[in-house]
Amino acid sequence: MSALLEVSGVSVTFDGFRAINNLSFEIGPAELRAIIGPNGAGKTTFMDIVTGKTKPDEGRVFWGEASRNLLKLSEARIAQEGIGRKFQRPTVFEDQTVRDNLMMAVKNKRSPFPVLFWKPKFRDNARVEELASEIGLADALSRKSGELSHGQKQWLEIGMLLAQEPRLLLVDEPAAGMTLAEREHTTDLLKEAAKTRAVVVVEHDMEFVRRLDCKVTVLHEGSVLAEGTLDHVTKNQQVIDVYLGR
Amino acid sequence: MRNTFIARNPSVLVFLAILAVFTIAVTLLSHAYGTGGLSTSFVKTLGKTLCLCLVAIAMDLVWGYCGILSLGHFAFFALGGYAIGMWLMYARTELIVTQSLANAPIPPTEQEVVDAIGSQIFGVVGSSDFPAVWVFAHSFWLQALMVIAAPGLLALIFGWLAFRSRVTGVYLSILTQAMTLALSLYLFQNESGLRGNNGLSGLQNLPGVQAGQDEISVWFLWGSALALGLGYVLAAWVVSGKFGSVVRGIRDDEARVRFLGYSVEGYKLFVFTLTAIIAGIAGALYYPQAGIINPGEMAPIASIYLAVWVAIGGRGRLYGAVIGAAFVSLVSTWFTSGQVPPLNLGVYTVDWVDWWLVLLGVSFVLVTLFAPKGIGGLIDLITDRVTPDRHGADYGPDKGALQEGEGRR
Repeated sequence: MSALLEVSGVSVTFDGFRAINNLSFEIGPAELRAIIGPNGAGKTTFMDIVTGKTKPDEGRVFWGEASRNLLKLSEARIAQEGIGRKFQRPTVFEDQTVRDNLMMAVKNKRSPFPVLFWKPKFRDNARVEELASEIGLADALSRKSGELSHGQKQWLEIGMLLAQEPRLLLVDEPAAGMTLAEREHTTDLLKEAAKTRAVVVVEHDMEFVRRLDCKVTVLHEGSVLAEGTLDHVTKNQQVIDVYLGR
Repeated sequence: MRNTFIARNPSVLVFLAILAVFTIAVTLLSHAYGTGGLSTSFVKTLGKTLCLCLVAIAMDLVWGYCGILSLGHFAFFALGGYAIGMWLMYARTELIVTQSLANAPIPPTEQEVVDAIGSQIFGVVGSSDFPAVWVFAHSFWLQALMVIAAPGLLALIFGWLAFRSRVTGVYLSILTQAMTLALSLYLFQNESGLRGNNGLSGLQNLPGVQAGQDEISVWFLWGSALALGLGYVLAAWVVSGKFGSVVRGIRDDEARVRFLGYSVEGYKLFVFTLTAIIAGIAGALYYPQAGIINPGEMAPIASIYLAVWVAIGGRGRLYGAVIGAAFVSLVSTWFTSGQVPPLNLGVYTVDWVDWWLVLLGVSFVLVTLFAPKGIGGLIDLITDRVTPDRHGADYGPDKGALQEGEGRR
């Protein structure tokens, strides 16, 4: 199986603190993966590197069939390549309506001139409505997203991520601050998405990870400590020591 | 499509209607075409105010919508004025020179005419040669092109350097201000080729036009009103669609826009350059009405005033910028022209010519603290716009993000 994303031997140091230490990671084109690890294990920095926000000191990041080097691309180019990211805190454009938020995310040309002369086509409107009902916001399309509840904002952001039609989704703590019912809905959305694309979920909540029922990568001090099913990694003595045992 | 644009932006129609009524009313009260109720100099003041409203719209686009607090847009405004001023001076001097040489026994050669124009224009700075920047001055169309090209190119190059390095917030403001100051200091030098601190003068005379200032002032009022109307529609169109969504997204949270795949730098550069061009056009219409332009016009303080107008009028709504610019600049003219009776406090007499700036500063602070929506917020009283309750949270993490008080539900 050829990997969609391959991170190899990446290290990054912030003022002497080694946030990522010789990290290697691979994910296939249609796979769900959970990343767990204690605070400061480098989970967010890992996402920053893949999305181009942070440039590593050493190591390589390859993408897609052609094995493109992602480290040479800007954040916007990486996003256009098909890597979508959901932040830990829900970040939607609060001054704008749910429809505008989704419309901005729907896959279309991204450079200024085409966007300036762009008019929504039937297909775009249909896509926005389809996504809105998928994330349970069909009735809220013309509401300002700033008025939504925390959980609804999380979903809106997931909806925006899906609208981008990325080949790889990076999702940072999607269940934070959600009710039980909302969590179940989120799990379903992520599992559904992982049928056609790669999804990486960073999560603290073990119950949530168990529900995802997928391969788990445990990070510790910037490198991979263990990898396998949740049951496999939770039996690992090192994992118990650094993470679960606390 | 036109219908949907108007339907989504009802303020455009209202604005155009008010602008049309205003223009017709001023025309009917002018000396040239009406009762003469308004003096020609006041018609000029009104025409200039329309140009200031146009540059305020540009400022609102770049700051209120895109979150870039540029303190350089008055430099672009003045560059537009210089560009058209060069042609006005050249063409008018050419007419005078040709007339005076017409009676000479031997007809002058072309070179002699150019030399005579040169010594007329540059005698004041002790020179008679045309500097390289005047190469297009003989042609109206080329120089009109420079009205767009000079501010546009400067904004493009400056913006490309600044945005590419991801300079944002207060540092970008300082950088734009430094650019303005540098440009102004450069133009103050006689060697800059634009007559140093003398600037360009006599711009109120249109070459080859027999009509007097009574007529010309009204023509410029029409031209300024037309430009303002077109500028308003253009700005409203730019911010209405998905482009507007992206630009407002950049204002509130540019990192998020980047992760959606939009190149934030490209959009900022586009808005910065477009607004610089609008500012240049506004300047090209303003300075023929003012009659004179000198490097003092592009001192950094002018660009700061521009930000103050937009803030007082209401950031992030186009009519707010227009209201702010019109209100503050007209009141400013009123106060500084000595028409306001001094305020006698017994122990001290407040002379408004000196104290006006203090009053303006205090109003700015008060508006910022207590009425973030500015004067434009009064419009909300007649529409159903409601201020949201966000418990003090801004609309995004960026410095220029919309604040709670500026938002609408």
